[in-house]
Amino acid sequence: MTRARPRFASRISRRLLFHVAILLALVVMLYPLIWMVSASFKTGPEIFHGLNLLPQQPTLDNYASGWSALRSPFSVFFVNSIILCTAAVLGNVLSCTLAAFAFARLRFPLKRVLFGVMLLTIMLPFHATIVPQFVLFQRLGWVGTILPIVAPKFLAVDAFFVFLLVQFIRSIPTSLDDAAKIDGCGPFRLFRWVIFPLLTPAVATTAIFTFIFTWNDFFSQLLYLGNSVSSYTVPVALRAFIDATSLSSWGQTLAMSLLSLIPIVGFFIAFQRLLVEGISTTGFKG
Amino acid sequence: MRVEQASALVRALERRRRRTRASEATRESVAAYIFLLPWLLGLFGLTLGPMVASLALSFTHFDLLSPPRWIGLRNYSLLLSDDRYLHSMRVTLTYVFLEVPLKLAFALLLAIVLNQGLRALGLYRALFYVPSLLGGSVAIAILWRRIFSGDGTLNVILNTAGWHHPPAWLQDLSFALYTLVALGVWQFGSPMVIFLAGLRQIPRELYEAARVDGARRLSQFFRLTLPLLTPLILFNFVLQMIYAFQTFTPAFIVSGGNGSPVDSTLFYTLYLYNEAFGNLHMGYGAAMAWILLVAIATATGAIFASSRFWVFYMETST
Repeated sequence: MTRARPRFASRISRRLLFHVAILLALVVMLYPLIWMVSASFKTGPEIFHGLNLLPQQPTLDNYASGWSALRSPFSVFFVNSIILCTAAVLGNVLSCTLAAFAFARLRFPLKRVLFGVMLLTIMLPFHATIVPQFVLFQRLGWVGTILPIVAPKFLAVDAFFVFLLVQFIRSIPTSLDDAAKIDGCGPFRLFRWVIFPLLTPAVATTAIFTFIFTWNDFFSQLLYLGNSVSSYTVPVALRAFIDATSLSSWGQTLAMSLLSLIPIVGFFIAFQRLLVEGISTTGFKG
Repeated sequence: MRVEQASALVRALERRRRRTRASEATRESVAAYIFLLPWLLGLFGLTLGPMVASLALSFTHFDLLSPPRWIGLRNYSLLLSDDRYLHSMRVTLTYVFLEVPLKLAFALLLAIVLNQGLRALGLYRALFYVPSLLGGSVAIAILWRRIFSGDGTLNVILNTAGWHHPPAWLQDLSFALYTLVALGVWQFGSPMVIFLAGLRQIPRELYEAARVDGARRLSQFFRLTLPLLTPLILFNFVLQMIYAFQTFTPAFIVSGGNGSPVDSTLFYTLYLYNEAFGNLHMGYGAAMAWILLVAIATATGAIFASSRFWVFYMETST
């Protein structure tokens, strides 16, 4: 009994050491982000030379002038991005749940082959298809609209989400299906009234990740929406920003960059547990 | 007579049941293909079709304005003598070889530290994940450009700490690529979360058994934890490698779109973008895309082939 005390104390101090080490690592890792927040409230020269995280003369000028520094105000770009992401979310949720239901619950010829092909397309680099896709969308007259980015979502091209949803549907007990079948439900009603309502967590994960990825996806937005300022999304506008403004306006650039991250951070704070569980169970990108 | 009638009836019923079962199966198949219709359209119209078209275009000269002209293997032979192309390949391979192992090492290390049964695990896990969430954005690439600039934040800190002439990182062609490697490694949170989930699935009895057998912590780690994690290491390794090959946004933003300084950050995808969509050398770009596809497929295949020598699957004991 007498030996228990020191051991207990050393365990506490070891714990403390762990916490301190982890917190230190976190500070180093998150320092760039913290610096970004502070710099966005600083005046020009202070961004370059001041090491203080607290601005000496906090100012909102960067936000005010950055907001309208391009030919259209940032509100236009935010609205464009939100429309694009909302459409993408709708498309992915709809098309991916339909395909996932078929793979997880129905029997049909060629099922194994198609499932294998679906898994393979997850690993396919998008460059393999980008040139002909661009030609196709250009011929359709879609370049400059959100259609080249949104249409693939309605056709479940992000096969990853199909896989995620298949895994989820497989975990729903089939006794529910049997009960529904005895009550005379065909596949369509089974999907609509039994399976889909139970999919909420997986659908939410799909929706949030689709929103975040589409929000961040620079390549396709640069390619399809990069030609006229009024159709810019937030990432494309930020890129135009660093091209258009000189070094003197770093404060504005950082302020607008920070604003562009807020929707993602907001989603993350609101749905943190769901997202992290989603990554743990399916192994997701980053 | 009655027996015959009865057996005829049984046979008739049997036939009917088989028929309804068969028609049920047909109906189910039809329903399945209706559910799969959007995905099938996407698969053939936007994935497999364009892949084949991409291969065909790679044998042509095509500038989007005039119809493609067949030139056989010209694009491929031109690529082999294109110094910028070969250089972009070197840049990308350097990046992949550095970024992926470092990222996985950090992810594994932090996962093991966080798995020590600490309180606030959820909070730490979430905070370490934040860079993965934001890291692919233009905003973070812009931030990186500011921090690692010659007159950037890092050098202000280094100056204050007493290093008076630190390198100009992003403007220095021997360092620029490594700042991008750092940006990639900074996003170790997502493989970390996967490792953490794996660590929590290792049965505690195994550790107790190991302790009874007198295994020390270090040998517990190398003999127990690490082998049991190898399937997840394989998984993360393949996934991160595929992503690393496709890195585009940070290279584009940090280098101003052209791989500067002196092509030191000319990533494969950046050169592909500039050739195909900047110079409208679309056949050339398609050839580059196919080489990339083959390279990624080969690397993935090689990793999977090697996996039987180092990946350990626990027999499920249920």
